[in-house]
Amino acid sequence: MKHSATMVLTLTALFITSPLHGRIIHREQSLYQTILVDDTGSRRCLQFSVRRDQRSQSCVDLKHPQRMVFTYTQMMMAGILLAPDPQKILIIGLGGGTLPLALNDLFPEALIDVVEIDGVVVRVAEEYFGFQSGEHIKVFETDGRIFTKRAVMRHDQYDLVILDAFNGDYIPEHLMTREYLQETRTLLGNKGTLVANTFSQSRLYDHESVTYASVFGDYFNFKQYPSSNRIILVSMAGLPTLDLLKARATGWRDRLRAYRIPIHNYPDRMSRNIDWDRDARVLTDQYAPANLLRSSNRHR
Amino acid sequence: MKNVLVSALAFTSGFVIMSLELLGGRLLAPYFGSSIYVWGSVITVFMLALSVGYLTGGWLSLFNPSLKRFSLIFFTSAATLYPLAMITEPVMERVFETLTDPRWGSLVAALVLFALPTFILGLISPYAVRLLVVNVDRAGNTAGTLYFVSTIGSALGTLATSFYFVLWFQMDTIIFLLSGTLLLLGFVSWMAARNR
Repeated sequence: MKHSATMVLTLTALFITSPLHGRIIHREQSLYQTILVDDTGSRRCLQFSVRRDQRSQSCVDLKHPQRMVFTYTQMMMAGILLAPDPQKILIIGLGGGTLPLALNDLFPEALIDVVEIDGVVVRVAEEYFGFQSGEHIKVFETDGRIFTKRAVMRHDQYDLVILDAFNGDYIPEHLMTREYLQETRTLLGNKGTLVANTFSQSRLYDHESVTYASVFGDYFNFKQYPSSNRIILVSMAGLPTLDLLKARATGWRDRLRAYRIPIHNYPDRMSRNIDWDRDARVLTDQYAPANLLRSSNRHR
Repeated sequence: MKNVLVSALAFTSGFVIMSLELLGGRLLAPYFGSSIYVWGSVITVFMLALSVGYLTGGWLSLFNPSLKRFSLIFFTSAATLYPLAMITEPVMERVFETLTDPRWGSLVAALVLFALPTFILGLISPYAVRLLVVNVDRAGNTAGTLYFVSTIGSALGTLATSFYFVLWFQMDTIIFLLSGTLLLLGFVSWMAARNR
């Protein structure tokens, strides 16, 4: 008895003394990954790996739960500049559930489908991150690719689709191919908006960029310091003009202050310039060595 | 000379089996995901097909075993491997529409796609043992050497496919190359048998 008490103390001490990270309040091994919930001050984060240098997937500020902690999460909300009033929303990848909760706040009438392969992530999001499914938010525990194929068979359509599926490494390879994006495009109909969260480093950037271009043509490339993420924004109805984006951003400005989303800065940073190697090979179901490409640096 | 040739053939069969197994998991991913159950399905089917292949290969070696007949196994394996590139999509599509549980879906798809070529590849090892065994005293030694060679082939097939082939080639191209290699080796052993 005494022994185990000492051990608990020692373990607690270990966690507390780790300077960069806070206390691990929950650790669970799922079928897919190790899931950690970590508290630092009032910030609670979800991590998908045991490597302590691993960046967090999702964080909330417990004192101000509406605030979006990460720049890239804020950036993904730029999707509402292209889809001002989405009624049906699909989100691939739940994480801590920040995005579905915010979208449900902003569009209480919208129906939000969230696809999350890992049931443990769903439970952790509910238990530690205040996520809750309900009448307007439905969670499907399945692979994003399988859900998309079945949705295509059902002729389902969405006004806004958000691709945010990550494992401990990066995006699963079968969720990065041209065929997958074509299936997703079918769900968008002729006016839907797509928002995809990707990274901007490594050779994979070129390959992902040409793959999106091969399916969607023109799109907004959105990067913002200090995030190294790149958000891709596609509109099947054609990309809005800068003036329209700015007008919409102004409209949202006050409403999004509570979330700490500087939406008025976004239109100027949403670029249509091609800053990737156009000759890079398109990723397909036949050719998808994505995570091998990611480990090599960009050579430009 | 015959030793070297038969060993090279056993090496190749080991290489092709594992290369195909890795491709199998990748081919199924667009329809059934890449969860552990997809790999479970692929490995189950490969183990089943190989086990029946070993049994049948040993049985076949009872009837006038020869290098010439051995080469026929290679021709057959090349012929069953090659169509995979064409039938994968329609087969998976069909299974996907019929079975909603991705576990059973991946198992059935793997069975339809990979059981036959893997079964044929399984014939090779026991048949090779029969071709190289000269007397009972050395039978274990010969079998051990062949296991060694073919398992080294499997290790290299796994490594080459997962580290490099998927980075260089389309999956259909890899299947084509594997099939072409089997065809070529079948031809080599056919010629060797004729020149004896």
